[in-house]
This record gives sequence, C-alpha cells and structure tokens, in this order.
Amino acid sequence: MGKPKNIIEKIWEQKVVHREAGKPDLLYIDLHLIHEVTSPQAFEGLRIKGRKVRRPDLTFATMDHNVPTIDREKVNDPIAKEQMDTLKKNCEEFGITLFDMFHPNQGIVHVIGPQLGLTQPGKTIVCGDSHTSTHGAFGALAFGIGTSEVEHVFATQTIWQHKPKTLNVHIEGELGAGVTAKDLILAIIAEFGTDMGTGYVIEYTGDVIRNMTMEDRMTICNMSIEAGARAGLVSPDETTVEFLRGRPYAPKGEEFEKKAKEWLALASDEGATYDKVITFDASKVEPQVTWGTNPSQGAPISGRTPIIAESDDPEGVRLALEYMGLEENQPITSIEIDHVFIGSCTNSRLQDLIRAAEIVKGKKVKEGVRAIVVPGSTLVKMEAEKLGIDKIFKEAGFEWRHAGCSMCLGMNEDIVPPGGRCASTSNRNFEGRQGKDARTHLVSPEMAAAAAIEGRFVDVRNYEKTPILT
Amino acid sequence: MEAFVKHTGLVVPLNRTNVDTDQIVPKQFLKSVKRTGFGKHLFHNWRYNEDGSPNESFILNDPKYKDATILIAGENFGSGSSREHAPWALLDYGFKAIISPKFADIFYNNSLKNGLVLVEIDEAQVDKWMKEAEEGELRLTVDLETMTVSDDKGVSVSFEIPEYNRQNIMNGWDEIDLTLQLEDKIREYEQTRLY
Ligand code: SF4
Repeated sequence: MGKPKNIIEKIWEQKVVHREAGKPDLLYIDLHLIHEVTSPQAFEGLRIKGRKVRRPDLTFATMDHNVPTIDREKVNDPIAKEQMDTLKKNCEEFGITLFDMFHPNQGIVHVIGPQLGLTQPGKTIVCGDSHTSTHGAFGALAFGIGTSEVEHVFATQTIWQHKPKTLNVHIEGELGAGVTAKDLILAIIAEFGTDMGTGYVIEYTGDVIRNMTMEDRMTICNMSIEAGARAGLVSPDETTVEFLRGRPYAPKGEEFEKKAKEWLALASDEGATYDKVITFDASKVEPQVTWGTNPSQGAPISGRTPIIAESDDPEGVRLALEYMGLEENQPITSIEIDHVFIGSCTNSRLQDLIRAAEIVKGKKVKEGVRAIVVPGSTLVKMEAEKLGIDKIFKEAGFEWRHAGCSMCLGMNEDIVPPGGRCASTSNRNFEGRQGKDARTHLVSPEMAAAAAIEGRFVDVRNYEKTPILT
Repeated sequence: MEAFVKHTGLVVPLNRTNVDTDQIVPKQFLKSVKRTGFGKHLFHNWRYNEDGSPNESFILNDPKYKDATILIAGENFGSGSSREHAPWALLDYGFKAIISPKFADIFYNNSLKNGLVLVEIDEAQVDKWMKEAEEGELRLTVDLETMTVSDDKGVSVSFEIPEYNRQNIMNGWDEIDLTLQLEDKIREYEQTRLY
C-alpha cells in the first residue's frame, strides 16, 4: 500500500487518457447528460465540421429546463418549442437516447441520472449544467461544462482538465431535530462564502454525511457549485450501494456485487490528505432562510437581516436588501411571502415531497399565497401519487405539476411576478432568477411548506407534522 | 476562434462584485439554438428599462464608453450557471478582455475556450484602474505574449493564464482538432480500461 489517497485522486488517476507536461490532463468521460438548452449549439458545431458523436451509448438526453408543467401539450413559447424540437431532431440524427416530455424516464437531468442508476461511483459525469455536481453524492466526479466542452465531449468522449485541488469539508456534531441537509449546506455557504470552493473539488465527510440518505447527500453536493466548487462528492458506502441495487441502468446480479466491491474501494483511504480542510459544527445549525441575492446571504430562522454598517460588504448588503425589499436588522420571521416553490434538482425527490407533505397535511395554504409543487421527475411524480401525496398538497391548496425545472429558473411560464416574494427550495436566489424583479428566499422543503401555510417564515422545528408513511 | 495576441482598448468600469451569469445574459435569452447575436442581450436587466429603452444610468449606456472593448469588474465575476451564452454575449458585444480580481470557475474556462481573455489581477490594482476608468478615460493593453496588462502611464501588472489555453488562444486553434490527433490514445483507453 502506498500513500493513502482521497477519492478525488483515485478517480482522477483512473481516468487520465493522456498526460503531457504543460497541458491539462485529457480525461475520459463515462457519462454525458444533455438537455435542450445547452446542447443545440454543440450539435450545430458537429454538423458544421462533419463530426459524429463518438459514444452515443454513453450519452443520454432529457427535456427539463423549459418544459411546460401544467399541460404537456401546450408549449406556448415558440422558441422553447424550437429548442425541444431541435433536441429531438439532434438525438435522432446522432443516435442518442432521449427521454422526452412524455417519456416515463423524463425529469430534471440531475434527478433522473441517479434514479435510473446511470450515476455510479467512480464515473466521470459531465453535463452542460452547473448543478451536475449533484451526482457527486454517489462518489462520482461530476461537473458542469460549457457548450464548447459539450461539443468536445460529443466528438472525443474526453475533456481537458487541470487537476483540481482537493478540499475536505468535514462536518462534526449532529444536526438537530427538524434541521435538514439543505439547512446544513446553506449554513456552510453563509459562513464560508460563495468562493469557499473556487478551484477545488470538495469531499464532504463526517458522521452527519455518513448517516444521511442519498437524497440528502444529493442536496448537499448539488449546492457545491454555490460554494464556488466545480464538483463536490461523498465517498461511496453501503447506503450508496443499496440505493443503486436494482436500478434500471445499474449492473445486475453477480456483476453488481463485483462492481459494488470496486465502488466501496474508491472511498477515501484512512489518513488521506487534502489541499485544504474546513471543519464545520452541524449542531449549531438552525433552519436557514436566505435574505439576499446570493446563496451566502442567509440567516438562521431565529436571526435577522444584517445591519448594513456592521457587515463586511456594506455596499453589497445594501444593494441586496434593496432588491429584496427588506429592511436591515429585520427579523426573518417577519418576512411575508406570496409564492412558494417546492421543486428543483436540489429538493424535488420523493423524500423532499414526503417531508413537505407531512407539514402540509390537514392544513390550508394561506390566502393570497400561490404555492406549487413540481416533482423532479415523472417517476417521482408517479411514486408520490401512489402514496397519495398529490392529494395532500392539492387539498391544502397547492398546485401539483408535471416534472421539470420550472420556477427554479423560470424559463417556462412558471415565474414569480415582479416584486413577488418566493420561498423556494431551489439553489439560486440571484436577481431576476425566478422572474424579473422577483425575490427569492432559499429554504428547505419543510420550511417552504410551513411558509405556504403561514404566509411567512416560521421555525419548522416547532411546527406540527403529520406522518404520512405509516 | 479568433486569435488574440495583444489588444489595446478603452476600459468600461462595472463597479459591482458577484456579477453572475443571470445578470450577464438573463435566461429569457437562452432559448436560441445559435451561438451568435447574444450581444444585444448583454446585461439586459440593467441595460434596458421596462419599455425596452436604454437605461441611461447604466454604465454601458454612457456614450463615453461606447467603444469600450475591455471590461473591469469587481470580484467573483461570472458566478452562477454554466451557460456559455455569457462569454458569447460579452464577445458579441465587442469585449476582448475582462479584468477582475477573481472569476468564477466555469465562466473562466468557458471564456478561455471562446478566446475571451480573462485577466485576474490583484484587487488593489483593479480598484485603482476602476477609479481611473470612472473618472477619466482609461486605455489598457492586454498582452498574452508577455502575460501583462498595462496602462499608458507605465503601470504594468502580470497575470497568469494556463499555458495550454494561452497557446490555443494565441494561435486561434480548434481544440477538438487537437484532441482528435490523440485518437489512438482514446481508442486504447476504451479498449483496455473502460468498464
Ligand atoms: S432545477 Fe434549476 S438548478 Fe436544477 S438543473 Fe434545473 S434549472 Fe438548473
């Protein structure tokens, strides 16, 4: 045995196709996921040069960013329609499997990869979408790429990458009751900032992470990009293996057991070192609410918006509060919302919907609040309906939608109107993200559900819950 | 892409930190299936009023900066999504180089792949040039050969850019062509190591 290695180093060494001084490494890509928004120009590039997709069998496409979530038959925006039609044409021409709007495997690209078992430990996974980091929850090296790189992967199944530095975010202590993975990652970003991970790949470690479900790990890894890192991952363990067992694209039978051993061996070795280590105490985390226009501008539910003069970045804070229509030193619980969005690749899996439904069950959405639930995939939607979760939401006054990105980025009709204020389970609260002049507060599904009922933010830890899985 | 060795141009100061890709090109403009024509949507929400008229108070609309080809901005420029529309829009508008104390990762990479030169220099110098650009007329020269950016008063600062990208940009090379020269290696990898 040589020097102990971390998982990032192990995967990297397995994937180098070519190495030459003064250049980045040429890495092999095991899985390439594509969607309608960032792929058309890449296909166009191939066509202009008469190139092919090298490995259509390692490439999977879905439609998520601008699919309609009310009525699948009605794509009102002609340009969105053109993008979807273009994807369909391109997939046919280049021989790529496509899960279109009507396919049962359709969904947000980062929800369906894991759900189908395409996402596996040790794989290099890329997609023209920054939240590709989500797949890192499985111990895969997964990162977002731009359209030129999409074209490059199409043509060569490889990518030029500088070996990243490694950052270990080590979580100590335990999460309190009613505090979720979303709160944890928001609290980490609030403390260390949106550039904490710039230039690094993060590995999250600690008992809290080990005890988390795969869904929670995905929520954490999803937001690595909001911490500035291109990728974030968790070493695979039995939880990972059990999640993948029996999934449609996972290996079967003996082959699965063999693979599972290889996967487990990828986990960081005892004593592995990193370029940087950050330790964070989970026990101090409360449910979080962002008050500003980047994900680090957040506060605990018992907290207040900052005092401008006392902050490190007074001008930034002032601009953010102004955009958000908030006062300085305002209690978070005094913020009233008029929109609620439960969805996005951060929090739209079955577990998220169950937890939100437990808060909602038997209650009513506050008058004047428009609340929507958008499952992360068509399969999540079907499973939730089997459990009667759709009814719980609908009876409470939520809208129950088809799967897609929806109000996370408002590329379809699902937008927050100007000046509207939304409790959102998504990952970005940038200006105009959910609609022009819309105000976004990032929260967990539980917090969003309680906000829908109360019309303002409340501490979900003291909130009544009704179990729905008995 | 267009080769870039050295460029001198007028600087427009965008005195903001954390300028994210949603600001650079709002998502309603991402639906095109083409690579060109994004320049008119650059900074749309800041640049235009509700009725589509130019917002006079936004710096890019100040006639003084009409011919600017270099943008200087606060730290963490380009954070957010992986949309390559951001560098496409900046290039299409006419920018050749962006200067900031720090760029977001994916944006950095996307920009270099498209030949948009990103100059990462120390914050104090950014602040100085920002001020000069705001108060007067600042011209800077970005030189990829020497990896320096300099003004006409003799201030010259070096910056780093990965050697690989530097060569590609200076020569205007197509990266896919370069990689395809390694086709044998890729095939060998697939035959021996792929699982
Ligand atoms: S849900 Fe939001 S963050 Fe996730 S892929 Fe879709 S648009 Fe991107």
